[in-house]
Amino acid sequence: MADGSALSASLDLLAYSPPGWGANLLRGLGNTVLIALGAYGVGMFLGTLGAFGKLYGGPLTRDLLGLYTTLVRAIPELVLILILYFAVTDLVNQALLSMGYERIQISGVAAGIMVLGVVQGAYATEVLRGAIQSVPAGQIEAARAMGMSPLLVAWRITLPLMLPAAIPGMANLWMIVTKDTALLAVVGFNELVQESRQAAGTTKAFFTFFMAAGVLFLAMSLVSNQVFARIEAWASKGTKRGGI
Amino acid sequence: MFDDKTAKAQRPVAIRVEGLRKSFGSHEVLKGVSLTAREGDVVAIIGGSGSGKSTMLRCINFLETPSGGQIEIGGEAVAMNAAGAPTDRRQLERLRQSLGMVFQSFNLWTHMTVLENLIEVPVHVLKTPRPQAVETARTLLARVGLAEKEAAYPAFLSGGQQQRAAIARALAIGPKAMLFDEPTSALDPELVGEVLAVIRALADEGRTMILVTHEMKFAREVADHVIYLHNGVIEEEGPPSAVFGAPQSARLKQFLSSVG
Ligand SMILES: Nc1ncnc2c1ncn2[C@@H]1O[C@H](COP(=O)(O)OP(=O)(O)OP(=O)(O)O)[C@@H](O)[C@H]1O
Ligand SMILES: [Mg+2]
Repeated sequence: MADGSALSASLDLLAYSPPGWGANLLRGLGNTVLIALGAYGVGMFLGTLGAFGKLYGGPLTRDLLGLYTTLVRAIPELVLILILYFAVTDLVNQALLSMGYERIQISGVAAGIMVLGVVQGAYATEVLRGAIQSVPAGQIEAARAMGMSPLLVAWRITLPLMLPAAIPGMANLWMIVTKDTALLAVVGFNELVQESRQAAGTTKAFFTFFMAAGVLFLAMSLVSNQVFARIEAWASKGTKRGGI
Repeated sequence: MFDDKTAKAQRPVAIRVEGLRKSFGSHEVLKGVSLTAREGDVVAIIGGSGSGKSTMLRCINFLETPSGGQIEIGGEAVAMNAAGAPTDRRQLERLRQSLGMVFQSFNLWTHMTVLENLIEVPVHVLKTPRPQAVETARTLLARVGLAEKEAAYPAFLSGGQQQRAAIARALAIGPKAMLFDEPTSALDPELVGEVLAVIRALADEGRTMILVTHEMKFAREVADHVIYLHNGVIEEEGPPSAVFGAPQSARLKQFLSSVG
């Protein structure tokens, strides 16, 4: 009986409409997913450029990219977020002020996406570089030998062929970025963890809200696994493993 | 088309290599080799392992960057700087589109079906309308005996089938000349014949071809001109009857007896 009432009290707290906090949690989840997707997209874009740049770029490009990946991977993400968020916001505003414009408030979502995207880009550079190196050189040569331009070779041959090797690492990076969104709480951004903390702080039902947050992260990861499994099967077409 | 060998001198030059040199680091692999293939010629390049045969072939379409010399394709010199590097990417890409290359290891694109392999360059590079590219591809696949395999992925084909598909892919771009780098060396012995039959048919229809091969009997049958490479120089060359029938240099004699 006591158990039952505790459970129903928890469920009341999680109800969608006030006084339940469900709407807040879902809004936090929405922000988390939005930032994770955005940062992942930015990361994949930077990672693709970074990987091709590291493999085929000139010495200067390679040195700069080496500096980027080394720095980002050496420094704890929390520190990077603080540096990038405050330093970048400050730099932008100083530049604006010096040019006679007003200070602006950089949106939390945009800042979160940029900051985590830059971090993701460094890791994605390494994942994709390894995947590109796994593409058999002969298949790239065959494309060059028939007069394909470097861009067309990259797009039609190298990228699709490296996908099977890239997907496990890229799936891993997606898991990391969904969880890294929690770090944005330090800059006051209302993602899932921050919303849960506020709800827990107000109601003192810490266990309920942090369990709820954990369950939502778990659900997100289970859905993602399904999606990546499908992408992997699709990308492996033509191999005996992937089926016809 | 070019049956009359006496008219040879009048046929246009398809590929000319002049004083080609190539070094890997300090290792000079080609020490000034030359070759002329007129339209309809079949030139065979033979020689021991490491003599520079593949390197010579791959320099023709700049898969390897020469260190010096001159390459002409269809009468057009490939623009290169003093170090041998190509200087006009567009020109090189255009000239490459007139050379069909066949590799020892097939190198079909494994993420595409056989048919997709054949139409890839026609559709995406040469801008042939897709239905027309598909039709040409099907005709070529029928010619190499792979009509039923158009929807198969390369991993599901035998080595001989993959190499025949790769030859069809090279033909699909409508090349002026074909380059073969040991097309049967990676095949099980029982599959060599089916690939050689396809190459022989191409020679018979008057295709211009440069063929690096270890199949001496085949070279003797299909080639108009044979080049024997040794240590990066052309040790001996001439019509097959001379090179195989009456070798002059001691090295070529020894080579021919060693390969049986
Ligand atoms: N990319 C490379 N880097 C360094 N050395 C190379 C490279 N490619 C070839 N070589 C060297 O150049 C020489 C000639 O090689 P090449 O592949 O042209 O010989 P080949 O006549 O085709 O031999 P095979 O019959 O074994 O195929 C060899 O000594 C080889 O080790
Ligand atoms: Mg070779």
